[in-house]
Amino acid sequence: MNPSYYLVLSAALFTIGAVGVLVRRNAIVVFMCVELMLNAVNLSLVTFARINGSLDGQVIAFFVMVVAAAEVVVGLAIIMSIFRTRRSASVDDSNLLKY
Amino acid sequence: MTTTLAAVEISNGEAVLFWILGPIALAGAFGTVLARNAIHAALFLVMTMGSLGVFYFIQEAPFLGVVQIIVYTGAIMILFLFVLMLVGRDSSDSIVETLRGQRWAATLFGIGFALLLAGGLYRAVRNTPVAGLATQNANGGNVNNVAELLFTKYLFAFELTSALLITAAVGAMVLTHVEREPGEKRGQRALSRERVRSGRPQPLPGPGVFATHDSVATPALLPDGSVAPESVSRLVDEPLSPDELERHGGPGLQPVARGQRRGIEGGRR
Amino acid sequence: MSLASEAPQLVDASSGLQSAAWLLVVLPVLSSAVLLLGGRRTDRWGHVLGTLVPIVLFLYTVLLFVQLQGLDPGERSRNLSLWSWIFAGNLRIDMGLLLDPLSVTFALLITGVGSLILVYSNGYMAGDPDRRRFFAYMNLFIAAMLLLVLGNNFVVLYFGWEGVGLASYLLIAWYSDRPAAATAAKKAFIMNRVGDAGLLIGIFLMFKTFGTVSFVGVFGSIGNASVGIATALALLLLLGACGKSGQVPLQAWLPDAMEGPTPVSALIHAATMVTAGVYLIVRAHPIYDATQAGRTVVTIVGAVTLLFGCIVGCAYDDIKKVLAYSTISQIGYMFLAVGLGPGVYAIGILHLVGHGFFKAGLFLGAGSVMHGMRDQVDMRRFGGLWRVMPITWATFGLGYLAIIGFPFLSGFFTKDKIIEAAFDKGGTSGWILGLCALLGAGITAFYMTRLFIMTFHGKRRWTEDVHPHESPPVMTIPMIILSFGSVFAGGLLVFHGALQDWLIPAAGEPEEVGLHTVNPTVLTFLTLLVIVGGAAGAWFAFGMRAVPVVRPVNVSPVTVAARRDLYGNAFNETVFMRPGMWLDRFLVWLDNRGVDGAVNGVAAAFGGGSGRLRRLQTGFVRSYALSMLGGSLLVVASLLAVRFV
Repeated sequence: MNPSYYLVLSAALFTIGAVGVLVRRNAIVVFMCVELMLNAVNLSLVTFARINGSLDGQVIAFFVMVVAAAEVVVGLAIIMSIFRTRRSASVDDSNLLKY
Repeated sequence: MTTTLAAVEISNGEAVLFWILGPIALAGAFGTVLARNAIHAALFLVMTMGSLGVFYFIQEAPFLGVVQIIVYTGAIMILFLFVLMLVGRDSSDSIVETLRGQRWAATLFGIGFALLLAGGLYRAVRNTPVAGLATQNANGGNVNNVAELLFTKYLFAFELTSALLITAAVGAMVLTHVEREPGEKRGQRALSRERVRSGRPQPLPGPGVFATHDSVATPALLPDGSVAPESVSRLVDEPLSPDELERHGGPGLQPVARGQRRGIEGGRR
Repeated sequence: MSLASEAPQLVDASSGLQSAAWLLVVLPVLSSAVLLLGGRRTDRWGHVLGTLVPIVLFLYTVLLFVQLQGLDPGERSRNLSLWSWIFAGNLRIDMGLLLDPLSVTFALLITGVGSLILVYSNGYMAGDPDRRRFFAYMNLFIAAMLLLVLGNNFVVLYFGWEGVGLASYLLIAWYSDRPAAATAAKKAFIMNRVGDAGLLIGIFLMFKTFGTVSFVGVFGSIGNASVGIATALALLLLLGACGKSGQVPLQAWLPDAMEGPTPVSALIHAATMVTAGVYLIVRAHPIYDATQAGRTVVTIVGAVTLLFGCIVGCAYDDIKKVLAYSTISQIGYMFLAVGLGPGVYAIGILHLVGHGFFKAGLFLGAGSVMHGMRDQVDMRRFGGLWRVMPITWATFGLGYLAIIGFPFLSGFFTKDKIIEAAFDKGGTSGWILGLCALLGAGITAFYMTRLFIMTFHGKRRWTEDVHPHESPPVMTIPMIILSFGSVFAGGLLVFHGALQDWLIPAAGEPEEVGLHTVNPTVLTFLTLLVIVGGAAGAWFAFGMRAVPVVRPVNVSPVTVAARRDLYGNAFNETVFMRPGMWLDRFLVWLDNRGVDGAVNGVAAAFGGGSGRLRRLQTGFVRSYALSMLGGSLLVVASLLAVRFV
């Protein structure tokens, strides 16, 4: 057992989040998968902080969390207002940029 | 930061916790992605975040672990759940995928990406001696030392993020504000009455579900034209097929269950 | 003592008279330019200028001739270098003139006969509103022809060669409203081109082998070249000569060139331009001296053409076409002569000069007849003209007697010498060539007598609207002068070998034949016999019997073939024209499908490709996210590959 196992786990979580973004159509669930990706990165940051013996990694992870929070607030507000006008929360509805 | 000379040994307890919580976190992640109901997806994510919080504790980052649980799980995910309740409660994704080959490609890329990333990271780091944070956490504990870093070295970033938070809060209020004429504020009762009287008391069908008719008895169609089994209302014994609907007249007619059809005219509204 | 045996330095032109020789070329060019650029303003006096210039040139040439005569035979070749014309790398070509007996002889012929014909044209072209332009083109022709014979290197010769081709084209197409004339001009130009290509390649070969194209340089070094090179050069130059002189296989254009006005036919296609081929061969005689095979080919060409012209000339009813085939045949005689090798070149020139006189005279006579018969050419519609056009009849008659070889007229001396030289060649080839020449003489007598009888004698077969009359003096006086030449030129030139001695510096020593194959006297009598036989045959066929106005249809196969010019045109069409057109169509197809297909195909590929690529923009965010994931996958893979592999 080796802290690099945490890194493997982090990579796996990140990828699962990425696939989730691609596959889900509900905007809120897509957002949640993005949060999952951010969390995976946090895990790897903390692990690196431990491996390298410096607290910088933890501080960065902290900032990531703060920013993620702000992002969630604004993002959900946007989804809400979209939902109000369109009555639908599907990401497939915004396809006007097609050929 | 220089590493200390002695490498830290991973204790047995940590290993056990890792091997238990790691699969749980993974399961949560899979659940988020695969659960059809959005609420279920959110709850699975909560599970994952909880395990991650414990991981932070194990990795000598207690402050972060607490922040993870309080802020992330406790605030952000709850916020998600609020919004889901408000707008997406009945919106279940349909199983059928609208884009051809998207799932296959996503899975393939995902597996490839995971292997590359994991393999690369593992190989790069596995032989590095783990320094551990014993010295960093020495005087005053983890919280004090993190605070020290935060308010000295990363002060500017700190201030910026606080500005960001304020902006985000203001932005959210602006985005969700509904402009109303003075005196127009309607109470709960008025709102509810309005909603029921409108042609559509329920929200639109979830993504991927195409409704041809706003009757509860009319099943929705999937992107490929077949009937979506989830949209068949349980209140109706045998829903009408689209052809029968045409024969009985178009929109406007709201047939209920066959057994109650005779009483439909009187019982409406 | 030809050029070949001299040291490669020529004596430079000394006297002022000689150094002004460039005027011979420049003056007619200037007058042509004045007449062409001056336009309608010069209409009133244009023809006078156009006639005076050649007369002045003739007088100058006479003076030049007299001066050269006064010099020693070894000094009669004068080089006049005008300026350095081309220098590119090792190639140096000067614009220069060579005044030697051969070129002066030709210059005399050109300017002399040219002046007479231009005087005649004043009358013949009197009714043509573009007469001034006609004189301009004729002057241009004279300039080019003089440049051709006076040049001191092959490139200047080629310059003149092309120039006469151009003038010929312009003049054949004079009646430009007639499609036949335009086609004939094109045909002449294109067939000449084939010959020109041969000449040009020959010049290239000369440069490659000898490093120079000047006469002095080439003839001085021909001894060092291999027989193969010499033969190649000989054959290439022969090709050029055949094209210009209308010999087989490039003879088809000359009869068609009769579409031009008669003075054109007289000057260009009888007396001068078509003799340029003979000039070329005689000038380049050192090359022919060096190769037996080359000479043989020349003689074969000459003999074949000689007979070809004769046979076809018997079947035509168009007076000008008969004279054209006669020209082809007579030049065949000249080619036969110059192909016989060293010592006989001068005899060819002899016949050339005599032919210049009597053929020009014959053509002018034909023009006079046409003038009186409202431009008809069908001899079946002539007849009995001797009473109405006595002067024409007399001059034409003298020319006719000269060409058939009537005793003591020009043709008698010149043609007999050729026949004698042919027999003297020895061996089987000598007998064959001699017999061909003899036979040709007989057939010549036949068709010329036929022509003469059909035109001037017998019953009058005129059409309703024709009132024949004698031509005005401006036309008859040149004909009279030319007839003097027809009568006396041969005798005078042969007298004591005058012309042959004169031409030694240019054409080599005349051969002293010890034992003739056939006794000359016997040969002369034989020739006379053949001639009389031919003439008598024509008399019986056309003189005794009435000439049908409509062409008889039931004729022998030989006549059928002769009427179709022995299938010369048919051969050209089948062998060259049709494959050429197929090649052309194939290339057009190739261009449309191949080249255009490739270009359009590239464009279509781009269009199609971008049409396909366009579908990547589906508008769905998830597709874009998928490509982002794919991209980051590639980036990570490459990073790891660089790091670990």
